[in-house]
Amino acid sequence: MTPILELRGITKRFPGVLANDHINLTLEKGQIHALLGENGAGKTTLMNILYGLYQPDEGEIFINGQKVTIHSPADAIAQGIGMVHQHFMLIPVFTVTENVMLGEESTRFDGFLDRDQAAARVRTISEQYGLAVDPYAYVKDLPVGVQQRVEIIKLLYRKADILILDEPTAVLTPQEVEELFDIMRSLVEQGKSIIFISHKLREVLEIADLITVIRRGRVVGSVRPEEADQYRLASMMVGREVQLELERPPSEPGEPVLEVENLLVTDELGQLAVDHVSFDVHSGEILGIAGVQGNGQTELIEAITGHRHILEGRVRLLGQDVTNAPPRVITELGTGYIPEDRQRDGLVLAFPVMDNLILRTYYKPPFARGRRMEWETIRQHAEALVKQYDIRTPSALTLCSALSGGNQQKVIVARELSRPIRLLVAAQPTRGLDVGSIEYIHQQILEKRSQGVAVLLASTELDEILQLSDRVAVMYRGQIVAIVPAAEATKDYIGLLMAGVPPEEARQRIGRKPVEIG
Amino acid sequence: MATTTSAFHRKIEVVSPTRQRVMGILFILLGLALVFFFTPGLSQGQVTTFGLSLATSDIQLPPWQVHTLPTLYGLAVVSAILGGIQLARGFGRYTNWVLGLVVGFFIFGFLVWAAAGKSLNLVGMLNTTLSRSVPITLGALSGILCERSGVVNIAIEGMMLTGAMVSALVGSITQNAWIGLLAAIFAGALLALIHAVLSIKYKTNQIVSGTVINIFATGLTSYISAKFLQVNQALNNPPTFGGTPIPLLSEVPILGPVLFNNSIFVYVMFVLLIVLNIALFQTRWGLRLRAVGEHPKAADTLGIDVFKTRYMAVILGGMVAGFAGGYFTLGSAGRFDEVMTAGRGFIGLAAMIFGNWNPFGAFGAGLLFGFADALASRLAILGVAIPSQFLLMAPYIATMIVLAGVIGRARPPAADGIPYEKE
Amino acid sequence: MNPEKTPQPPDFGKLVLEEINHEAAPPPQPERRKRGIPQSVLIPLLAVLTGLIFGAIFIILTSQEVYNGFGQSFGAGLTAMWDVVARSYTALFTGALGDPVRMINALQSGNALEIRRAFNPFLESLVTSTPYIFAGLAVALGFRAGVFNIGAEGQLFMGAITATYVGYKLVGLPMIIHLPLALLAGALGGAIWGFIPGWLKAKTGGHEVINTIMMNYIAFRLSEWLLTGPMKRPGSYNPVSPEIQPSAWLPRFFEDPIRFHLGFFLALGMAYVVYWFLFKTTWGFELRTVGSNPYGAKYAGMDVTKNTVLAMTLSGALAGLAGANEVLGVNHSLAMAFSSGYGFDSIALALLGNNHPVGVVLASLLFGTLRNGATSMQLSANVPNDIISVLQAVILAFIAAPAIIRSLYRLRKPAEGEGMITIKGWGG
Repeated sequence: MTPILELRGITKRFPGVLANDHINLTLEKGQIHALLGENGAGKTTLMNILYGLYQPDEGEIFINGQKVTIHSPADAIAQGIGMVHQHFMLIPVFTVTENVMLGEESTRFDGFLDRDQAAARVRTISEQYGLAVDPYAYVKDLPVGVQQRVEIIKLLYRKADILILDEPTAVLTPQEVEELFDIMRSLVEQGKSIIFISHKLREVLEIADLITVIRRGRVVGSVRPEEADQYRLASMMVGREVQLELERPPSEPGEPVLEVENLLVTDELGQLAVDHVSFDVHSGEILGIAGVQGNGQTELIEAITGHRHILEGRVRLLGQDVTNAPPRVITELGTGYIPEDRQRDGLVLAFPVMDNLILRTYYKPPFARGRRMEWETIRQHAEALVKQYDIRTPSALTLCSALSGGNQQKVIVARELSRPIRLLVAAQPTRGLDVGSIEYIHQQILEKRSQGVAVLLASTELDEILQLSDRVAVMYRGQIVAIVPAAEATKDYIGLLMAGVPPEEARQRIGRKPVEIG
Repeated sequence: MATTTSAFHRKIEVVSPTRQRVMGILFILLGLALVFFFTPGLSQGQVTTFGLSLATSDIQLPPWQVHTLPTLYGLAVVSAILGGIQLARGFGRYTNWVLGLVVGFFIFGFLVWAAAGKSLNLVGMLNTTLSRSVPITLGALSGILCERSGVVNIAIEGMMLTGAMVSALVGSITQNAWIGLLAAIFAGALLALIHAVLSIKYKTNQIVSGTVINIFATGLTSYISAKFLQVNQALNNPPTFGGTPIPLLSEVPILGPVLFNNSIFVYVMFVLLIVLNIALFQTRWGLRLRAVGEHPKAADTLGIDVFKTRYMAVILGGMVAGFAGGYFTLGSAGRFDEVMTAGRGFIGLAAMIFGNWNPFGAFGAGLLFGFADALASRLAILGVAIPSQFLLMAPYIATMIVLAGVIGRARPPAADGIPYEKE
Repeated sequence: MNPEKTPQPPDFGKLVLEEINHEAAPPPQPERRKRGIPQSVLIPLLAVLTGLIFGAIFIILTSQEVYNGFGQSFGAGLTAMWDVVARSYTALFTGALGDPVRMINALQSGNALEIRRAFNPFLESLVTSTPYIFAGLAVALGFRAGVFNIGAEGQLFMGAITATYVGYKLVGLPMIIHLPLALLAGALGGAIWGFIPGWLKAKTGGHEVINTIMMNYIAFRLSEWLLTGPMKRPGSYNPVSPEIQPSAWLPRFFEDPIRFHLGFFLALGMAYVVYWFLFKTTWGFELRTVGSNPYGAKYAGMDVTKNTVLAMTLSGALAGLAGANEVLGVNHSLAMAFSSGYGFDSIALALLGNNHPVGVVLASLLFGTLRNGATSMQLSANVPNDIISVLQAVILAFIAAPAIIRSLYRLRKPAEGEGMITIKGWGG
């Protein structure tokens, strides 16, 4: 049987990077083909080529055995290819129908929009594939999971047969992931074919018919899920047997450094984000905050570090009340903070490395005397840190924008860890980084812990939490549903808690005795 | 996208209570102002007369007379009551309508006071308002076309100025106002093309690009004017479009002289207004244009050519601005003078924001600004002690207030001013 | 890349990084300074050169003689083209810098008045440049802090009004008090006009471009009212203020007709102060951080609101000084509409000068010189001085879109981003 889609020898070069190196890929009709690889492995580039957003430097694309060239998304759509992008391509101020019909509008007398006709088609599609959505709702009012359904309807409206889903689960809760998987199964039953891009091993094993692993722009191999397990896939992804357990000496918790009591915080829209949260972090321990993205972790971290207003509750740092204190006061009490969005918050990309290394201490001696900047001292300081933290940069004068993601994060880590700190707040410290940088940063965090620093680690990567934490706090819908000691924190148990299963029920499901919450 | 409105999020605050209170107090203050500023010095039994017909009309309506003091007190009381209701329970989403009503009361009160014991021709006033609003509204429409597609255009002024100069020059040479007008439209399109190339192709900061056009237009028009138009008056003597009364309709009392006895610029403005409104919100063309201005990447992934759409929108906008330029020379002055647009393009920009990037909203703002303009020129005639300059400042101050979000937030297209990078 | 020198145990993370991280450190870049003129200098120079060429083409296209010449013969046409451009640009440069022959003759004659006249064009160019320096610094300071001050015109006007008021209203003060007071008043007037849109931006998010444009027109109307009302010169029919007391005049260094005055040195001094402030103090570091990445500034514990307001206020004060400089140094009274488009010009100056005080001073000297020379070009070559605006627009276009210059002169694209201005449209 002719495969519905075949890619042969696709190669794409960017300045300095070989993003895709002679990639071959075959998609059979009615198949879910997972494309597995680390961030930056070249999965998205490959799909952008297939969707006409990039042009390949070499290689051929066959659809139903016919060679095709795809110069633009319009070509791709005409060939029956549709793509749900990692960042949704929806217009918030348009209705669902308007978003769906855009580019392929239903019109009366050629030109005038026929919204009702399009809405009827949206409704038909949503019933056929089980994608419940109100065609007249404004997209900005819809939850993320429903927005994703709108994206899928967009493809089906264009009669796409090949659906590309780029990291579709990144923004979803576990339930929403299950719902998405149901939709995907229903789609392939009705003859659609799906390319599912992910770097999450468990999901890929659950849903895919065939898994192709990509590493550094090359296809490492294809396996069927029944032949593979997580360890095998992981080693294919990174090219070696991954050390899933990190060497971690036992913790010796000391006095409490950070005490959070009954915290109540809202998000930008004035909606409750952190709902009466209490916990404390002791010196020499790592408290991990687990949870699916968007369950209040971001707001919690911002509130603790003084970047978000606290409506109710108390935050104490080293016994001192720092509720709603200015960020600078909290920093000066000995807090290091690795922010979630490093390019937006953590760095000034247009500034040299040396300026970024003093971004939070620029006003203090020896970097400034009075109001005068001491640039010579600052440069020496920067050169020392570049060496100590192995920041790969041509010089301390190089702009941060010219550094790779891993090295940018190292600039932040160097800045925050090189100060005498008592508390380290790290939010998604390794998101989007390569394995090497991840391990480096993990080791730095563990080293701080052994020096007696209290560490608060927020991450949506459950593996990271489990590897590093001495205790795991699980956040769900703005609340901390349980705080579990490392010994009890298994992946299954924490996973169930993250999905909103009440602790008792979760314990029963994994067949274990209740543990102390505290 | 920051739309993570999960089900568990409880709304903590629905309506801003601050805004409700501010509005209520504002209504009451306007009511009080009517009493404190306008009633002193008026005597009992004084009458304000409003003329309702032009002297040239066939059908003459009797003037409308109101008793000055009772009218002012009545307006004040109603404003205060509305303010009280607003404070007590609020008008919710009708607040802005009530605000419009109260401001309308205040303006009417002002007129009643200004013309106390005298006569003010209301129809003439409204007609002036309408014609003064033409370049402002057209400028705003030009801005809407550009900005709805995501290109900021602060060069409306420069395009208008060039349109004015070119229409005078070409109109004089050909002695044909229509050819002059076409030349103005073409000149506007040409400048818009420069703006488009700079901001779309070269991804220049769009405000800088607009500044380039404005400096260029000022220099070019003044240069041509000094080198040719002033030396040779024959080159600055274009035929003009006079008033074109529409048969029958222009004879309707009140409405006729206000609406249907105007130059073609007024009629074209109305047509453009309606056409643009339908085109933007009811056609495929408009849906795509707005999509490009809100989320160009999304539009691109659906096969819409972002660059082409933006080029088209900016050039159409330039044509509208060029046409508006023709108004100054062919529609009113009959000659070109250096920097004769006098900032109308910038007021048009303000009207666009004031009208929240909607054609009819912009027209409303244009009328308001035109009214301030028309009133300013009548204050002296009525012998009112307020310097007209303060009245002329009002549109600018009002725009700043709107922009500050005191009266609802003006929401520009999300991608407005951001060049599109096609990776 | 840094070779591993330190005797550390083999770091697993580092080894993996070597292996996997294909987007590791970028290839070492050649230091840009080492190879010829850096593009940040080369591009403005080429932009100016190209602008002058464009100006020449423009002059040719609008010149009757050229068409007449081509009417006769092709050669005559070419000659006419050359003639008209040569005559215009000669007039421009002698008008701007002085006629060398006349200077030498004057020096030989020893006639003091003649010497002053011969050297006046050059000094007059400095006089013209002075307000440009102030206004250009104003806009550049704003750009550095991430605010687009398009309202230098209005701030300049307000500065002129307040300086004039203090200048004529206070009588009998010694110069040492009166002049600084009047200058301060000018700075204050501009500062207020900058503060309002700055505050509105910080507090309500109202875009400063719109608000400063609106403030420009409010300033015009206000001055119109003041000059026809409260500040009108008694007995005058024109809207003009009373004459400023001589004790508030910026002292001139030479006798008539040379108007060269202290303001020029004040402007240079101010350029140094702005440089020092931006690059040598923590205030400047904060301002530049806020301008480059407000989120990062917030994370670093800086007060974004305060810095935005501060930047607009200082920017306004500098523009106000430009206005004060004109009334106290040149006109000695305030007339309506004396400002000639400084608001837009100063944007061009700031960008041409790469938002650096030294660059702004150089750009201002260039534009001031051109403006001044254009006046005599108008007289002797019948080329209206508005040609300078056309030139300015063309230069600005090339500065703003350096890709055009690069493709014209086959320059290579620099490795790092342009990073010129990060001001967005009104979105959000």
